[in-house]
Amino acid sequence: MCLSIPVKIVSIEGTMAEVSAGGTLFRAGLHMIEDAKIGDYVLLHAGFAIQKISEKEAEETIRLFDELNESV
Amino acid sequence: MKYIDEYRDKKLISALTGQIRKSALGDYTFMEVCGGHTAAIHRFGIHSLLPENIKLISGPGCPVCVSGTDFIDKAIAYSQMDYVIITSFGDLLRIPGSSASLEKMKAAGADVRIVLSALEALDIAQDNPSKKVVFPAIGFETTAPGTAVTVIQASKSKTENFFLLCGHKVMPPAMEAIIKEGVRLDGFICPGHVAAITGSAIFDFIPEKYNLGCVVTGFEPADLLQSILMLIRQVNSRTPAVEIQYNRVVTEGGNKLAQKSLYEVFEPCDMQWRGLGLIPLSGLALKKEFRMFDIEKSIPLNIEVLQENEQCICGEILRGIKRPPDCQLFANLCLPENPVGACMVSPEGSCNTYYKYRLANE
Amino acid sequence: MNEFITLAQGNGGKQAHELIRKVFAESFGMTKPLTDSAILEESGFTLAFTTDSYVVDPLFFPGGDIGKLALCGTVNDLAVSGADPEYIAASFIIEEGFPLSDLKNIVRSMSREASKAGVRIVTGDTKVVEKGKCDKLFITTSGIGILDQEKENISTGKEIKPGDKIIINGPLGNHAIAVLGARKNLGFTTPVASDCASLNHLIKSVLDKCNGVRFMRDVTRGGLATVLNELTEIYGSGIKINESAVPVDEPVKGLCEMLGFDPLYLANEGKVLFVVGKGEEEKVLNILRSDPLGRDSSIIGEIVPGKEKLVILNTSVGGSRILDMPSGLQLPRIC
Repeated sequence: MCLSIPVKIVSIEGTMAEVSAGGTLFRAGLHMIEDAKIGDYVLLHAGFAIQKISEKEAEETIRLFDELNESV
Repeated sequence: MKYIDEYRDKKLISALTGQIRKSALGDYTFMEVCGGHTAAIHRFGIHSLLPENIKLISGPGCPVCVSGTDFIDKAIAYSQMDYVIITSFGDLLRIPGSSASLEKMKAAGADVRIVLSALEALDIAQDNPSKKVVFPAIGFETTAPGTAVTVIQASKSKTENFFLLCGHKVMPPAMEAIIKEGVRLDGFICPGHVAAITGSAIFDFIPEKYNLGCVVTGFEPADLLQSILMLIRQVNSRTPAVEIQYNRVVTEGGNKLAQKSLYEVFEPCDMQWRGLGLIPLSGLALKKEFRMFDIEKSIPLNIEVLQENEQCICGEILRGIKRPPDCQLFANLCLPENPVGACMVSPEGSCNTYYKYRLANE
Repeated sequence: MNEFITLAQGNGGKQAHELIRKVFAESFGMTKPLTDSAILEESGFTLAFTTDSYVVDPLFFPGGDIGKLALCGTVNDLAVSGADPEYIAASFIIEEGFPLSDLKNIVRSMSREASKAGVRIVTGDTKVVEKGKCDKLFITTSGIGILDQEKENISTGKEIKPGDKIIINGPLGNHAIAVLGARKNLGFTTPVASDCASLNHLIKSVLDKCNGVRFMRDVTRGGLATVLNELTEIYGSGIKINESAVPVDEPVKGLCEMLGFDPLYLANEGKVLFVVGKGEEEKVLNILRSDPLGRDSSIIGEIVPGKEKLVILNTSVGGSRILDMPSGLQLPRIC
């Protein structure tokens, strides 16, 4: 129930979107997301998109991880 | 899958655990207060990756576990009414009330349906105008905004047969209650999805008032390990602060749109927590203009709250004072298939995850 | 046990095992360990004999229907016992008002699958009950196969040894997810199709070319975790599984992450678990991979010595945890 996972917006109709988790499609309410676009990644929780995933921040985290990997 | 696989990379995990071992100079006890974290820690076997001087304890982060027996008893009472449909998240079905569970009521013929979203419950209400559709609203700040949005929709569409059984709670007062209990802690692994909504600023009072560090954490193994590393470094340098590890999703201010809906519909109220008692302003009640959606106002109940099993120590486990193996009932009378306490029922409950994911040599 | 039967008791997990033990096995005097097919010695023959009921909802789903399911399920129960499936009996309980066209499609599907599997449906029964007294259609199939005596130990696992390898013939969870998706009431759609298939030809190709198969079981309700736990009881020792070696398709992973399911507990209808003698595993793997039903076969773990009858999962990130028998409400009416 408390589960939230990153999903990709594949289509939008009004306040509802179709989002994909590895190819399985769910419906998500976009009421809490500003400027949602097809191709955006959002966190899906209990039938709602609750936050956009920042690609920039995610890349930064991965970059730090890569540095960590290399320093070992 | 994107934003998941990268954080489960074996090489990365190994590098992080290496860093943790290098930095962990003393003894550390960290508490996580989110059922999702409890489940993730056990699912990935995080305990087996950490050195012995780092202890992780589970706090009251499972919304199902901290719901009192009376919440379930109320849902059960409503389910027994012919004109009521209960539309519930799946996890709630097996939680034991005083004498039954929603699952057992369903087996005996009650109309209890599993939904993945409050919006689904609203749809069911609109499809069944002659019935009262009750949605047991549990969950923290992650889930409550969705319920709020649904109530707004119900109001706009004048769906008068849609109701909430109010049980939403908020995290910070419970965290403060834990600290005041005197539980020995060196820092908090803070719930990342709660903070996605509220912003990390809700935890500011913890280092300010209590000198304890807080790292707002994601749910993948790399997130958890990176957070533990950040907490260790805070302890080592004696600089407790609120840091965001989960920055791909969490900001200081949070999701303003979600907060707007949340506080348009709900206001803080005092609430009972299993194991912690009454915590002021720790729950969410419907505001006056939305109170017609409160099933307890529409059909008041007189529930006699029976005593919980004396040997059940869910309360102490939720406070982080005891661990599941400390309970006399754990793994003999209290099992996932025959739970006595809530911590064993919910897939995010401490006892359930401990039992499911325990190591052979523990 | 509960006063009233609950859905959990039909799910293949702990409660279902308890019901079978305490109500059925006891009354029917079944004292030997329960296997996929009963092995019966008659003068000159060893027969494998099995039966199963099918109540899947909905009746039609991507990858199959209740008829195909019923045929494959019984063929597979015989095949994993090492037997050559020969004859099938099929009984139908039909709800009044059921569309004839649907019934014809289901029966044709069974017939097609029977041809594919090389078995004959030789006897059966039909009952129609009043509307509301059964949910559309229930099918019960029974099957008989002939077993070579030297293969008898395959269903009992008597020859399993520490170091033996565990192989699965492809990705897990597809059937459960396809059926769940076809119900269209849980708010998701998925491209996943059921893996429902007759495995007897695949299994025969392994058994004909290789002596090293010590045990087989089909992985149905309760998923891989159930079969592995049953195996620890049979063999009396432990099992180690490598999570990263267990094949799971991406859409199944996505759904599981979202709904909190574990693919290791989900039902399959075209998956067989092999326990293979150490040193024979690569040979078996190659034979499996050359068949479309075994293309994604993988060596997922091994039998380990020791007193603890536990299934240990080495997680994909390097940790480890116990993989228990599933318990409670999983997904109802998947099979």
